[in-house]
Amino acid sequence: MTDIAKLEWRGVRKRFDGAPVLDGLDLSVASGRSLVIIGGSGQGKSVTIKVAMGLVRPDAGEVLVDGKNLIGMGGRSRRNLFSRVGVLFQGAALFDSLTVWENVAFRLINADGVSRKDAKARAIEALARVRLQASVADSHPSELSGGMQKRVGLARAVVANPEILFFDEPTTGLDPITSAAINELIVDQVRGLGCTAVSITHDLASARTIGDEIAMLHGGNIVWRGAPAELDRTDNPYVRQFVDARADGPMTSVVEE
Amino acid sequence: MTAADAAIPAVFKPIRSIGRSTLGALRMVGSVGVFSVRGVASVFTPPWFPGQLWRQLVAIGFFSLPVVGLTAIFTGAALGLNIYTGGGRFNAEQVMPQIVALGITRELGPVLAALMLAGRVSAAIAAEIGAMRATEQIDAMRTLSTDPFRYLVAPRLLAATLVLPLLTLIADIIGVAGGWLVAVRILDFNSSVYIRNTANFLQFWDVGSGLIKAAVFGFIVALMGCYHGYNAKGGARGVGRATTHAVVSSAILIFASDYFLTTLFTHT
Repeated sequence: MTDIAKLEWRGVRKRFDGAPVLDGLDLSVASGRSLVIIGGSGQGKSVTIKVAMGLVRPDAGEVLVDGKNLIGMGGRSRRNLFSRVGVLFQGAALFDSLTVWENVAFRLINADGVSRKDAKARAIEALARVRLQASVADSHPSELSGGMQKRVGLARAVVANPEILFFDEPTTGLDPITSAAINELIVDQVRGLGCTAVSITHDLASARTIGDEIAMLHGGNIVWRGAPAELDRTDNPYVRQFVDARADGPMTSVVEE
Repeated sequence: MTAADAAIPAVFKPIRSIGRSTLGALRMVGSVGVFSVRGVASVFTPPWFPGQLWRQLVAIGFFSLPVVGLTAIFTGAALGLNIYTGGGRFNAEQVMPQIVALGITRELGPVLAALMLAGRVSAAIAAEIGAMRATEQIDAMRTLSTDPFRYLVAPRLLAATLVLPLLTLIADIIGVAGGWLVAVRILDFNSSVYIRNTANFLQFWDVGSGLIKAAVFGFIVALMGCYHGYNAKGGARGVGRATTHAVVSSAILIFASDYFLTTLFTHT
């Protein structure tokens, strides 16, 4: 572990229609670690990673990657920075009009200037890493099951060997067996690439499998952070309510909303 | 209702409502302006995506040919019949070829081709980009170091601006042919005289001004499709709303800009 965090949110604030979603969020992830953010609906998990992915601009604060603030960064420096980032979106967010291999190779062809022939070879190699056969390469995303689409999304996220990976609800909408397979693939890829990973999820089984650390977000800030094994031991009231799936507790306002 | 709304006496509420609508409209004008400037800048600055441009040229231009051609031939034919009837009231039936040619090339060719494109293309663009927004595909594109303005918006703006003048030229020819068909087959005009009168009467500017209008209309059609699709909110309902807004705003802007361009061309 190095002194400078690979990724750090420093005093990040964000309001939507006057309502605070992130309230001075401070959070950091060390290089090579996998952090999972859990929390109730509407507590700012998606906004937290969208701020770090440059998709939402915070009202205040900084997001640092290797000590460099990415807020307000534009043009070439932004493209360079994001060339080291891979994202698996909740619904996979595959491009309907492109084939599977064109989806996986999208960055290589359109941003990195790799020839289509080489890009296709690398895409098929990335598909193999997520245990998809080369025969699906020429299919369109609509011809694949939800689990296969997630695998294609994962292949697209890892094809350019990123340093940071974001996973947005990676197992939402999948059956338990497919979820377990996706979790296993995520762990394989994160460890194989040695990259830093940040995931958000409601799925505690997924959080325990893919996280080196788990952080709980509530009211726009982190209210607990610890190792997966500590989830069952901590007496933090927010974590207890979430893990025990109880309606009563400090997060009742979430239920009432 | 907000606390501020509740504090306002009832008599001022209509004024507040008008003010809110006016501010909303101004905000939208500004937003469309910024979007179009960013879109045009993306057309002229690298990286370019020629594959996307080619795909849009085919989708917007080639596949619009049947609908534009059919519209033009029936419009030319109906226009011919109407002008013949109207001209007959003061014994001027023989000017029908000239009036049909002028009406088609200066006005109906570009406007009808643009309206067909608004219905077919603007709606399709808004639905496609809106669905991409709803399913996070646009966000995904940004995280893949690709600017959606350059990949999605610029090729559509350029393709529609280039293609609509070509479609209009074809609509002009087919529309005039529609008038000729009615004149020769139904109204007993002499074919060669009809064609000679049309050719001798038409000036370059009659066709040229229509093609300039068409380029502006093409830009408007693509701009409205892209703008409403890109800013779609609220899932499937939002995509439906974006599609409707794209078609309606395209049509209104086509008619408005047609008037202003015609005024400009008349005074130059």
